[in-house]
Amino acid sequence: MSISTSIWIWIAALLTLMIYSFLYKDNPFYRLAEHIFMGLSLGYTLVILWYDYIIPRIYQPLFFSPHQWSLIFPILLGMMTFGIFSKKYNWLIKYPLAFYVSAFAAIQIPVMLRSWILKQVEASFLTPDKFSSVFNSINAILIFVGLVTTLIYFYFSKKREHGFGAAATVGIVFIMVAFGAAFGYTVMARISLLIGRMQFLIQDWLGIM
Amino acid sequence: MKKRVPLLITFITGFIVIVSFFVPHRPFGALETETLIWYSIILGFTLLIGVDSLVRLHTRQIRRKKKGWWYSIVFFAGFFYCLTIGIISLIRTPNPFQPGTVFFYGYETILIPLQSTMFALLAFFVASASYRAFRARNLDATLLLITAVIVMIGRVPAGHKLWTRLPGIANWVFDVLQMGPMRGIMIGVALGAVAMSLRLILGIERTYLS
Repeated sequence: MSISTSIWIWIAALLTLMIYSFLYKDNPFYRLAEHIFMGLSLGYTLVILWYDYIIPRIYQPLFFSPHQWSLIFPILLGMMTFGIFSKKYNWLIKYPLAFYVSAFAAIQIPVMLRSWILKQVEASFLTPDKFSSVFNSINAILIFVGLVTTLIYFYFSKKREHGFGAAATVGIVFIMVAFGAAFGYTVMARISLLIGRMQFLIQDWLGIM
Repeated sequence: MKKRVPLLITFITGFIVIVSFFVPHRPFGALETETLIWYSIILGFTLLIGVDSLVRLHTRQIRRKKKGWWYSIVFFAGFFYCLTIGIISLIRTPNPFQPGTVFFYGYETILIPLQSTMFALLAFFVASASYRAFRARNLDATLLLITAVIVMIGRVPAGHKLWTRLPGIANWVFDVLQMGPMRGIMIGVALGAVAMSLRLILGIERTYLS
């Protein structure tokens, strides 16, 4: 057993223990680590803002050749967000907000249509290549049935009776299986993070293993 | 002026971006690139508003000496520490994010451990939530329980020791049984997002302006 002599490892280990102290109850040690984390994250965000936005997108295109003077318009639009600090001119923020919300919504439309709808439908089609073996055929049919019955389950504009009701019931079975798998996967992902932190404490800090 | 101009901006911006996707030729193709540059610049300004909001909140806490105000001092200590090492690294090197800089070292040794511990803390709460969710009260809950157990045990070495086929079954559940419903949910979410986006662009949804 050789305990680490690095001050940084000690800081990281103590902060880790401070956060885990929350498992007992909310306490000053946890809140201390939480506020350090918040402050560091905010400082980090500002440095990213400076390095990723202000220098390459505003400073360099405006002050170095070839000058892109058209960028003055988005900068002015962006500066209108500072209107929020004035009671008289706080409505100015609506202009950049309108642009921002609209651009985001419009970018989403083709992305959603292509990746989240068309690609998913295309991948679920029962094409001949999916029937290359008995196992592959069963898998393709299960995916197709799972997709269709799930969509039927979430379709509330038709009364659930006869075949439609039965399909919705099959749909909920598939949905529960999917949620169970997703939940299990999430639990395992968190547990693996926990193992990582424990390894840090035991190996890097305490040097036990 | 206060409502119509923003609505007009919303419509024109949305129209340009959507049309440029379907008509990638001049002038729409170039307009889309220009719109995305504008978007990222405005995003930078909105981030500044967020930073300002948090700084104001903690300044108020300290000034009014509210309960736990000294935590706000700790917040500022962390904030200025990160900002200072960021500025020092920016002066010393053109890229503060490259390994070897003070900023990168601070990020690696403090921020990343804090971040991963925060997420790892959730493991305990997820475990406690799973105890409640996995109780086999009816068929639906039983299915949830069985699938989650298969996926969890199948993805650790103990699962392989228990039954050599278990990891294969866990993968099959994940790749086949889960795939159909997840695709269905994705399609539903996408349809909702597209409908909402169209409502925003056409000015039917105006809550963001209120």
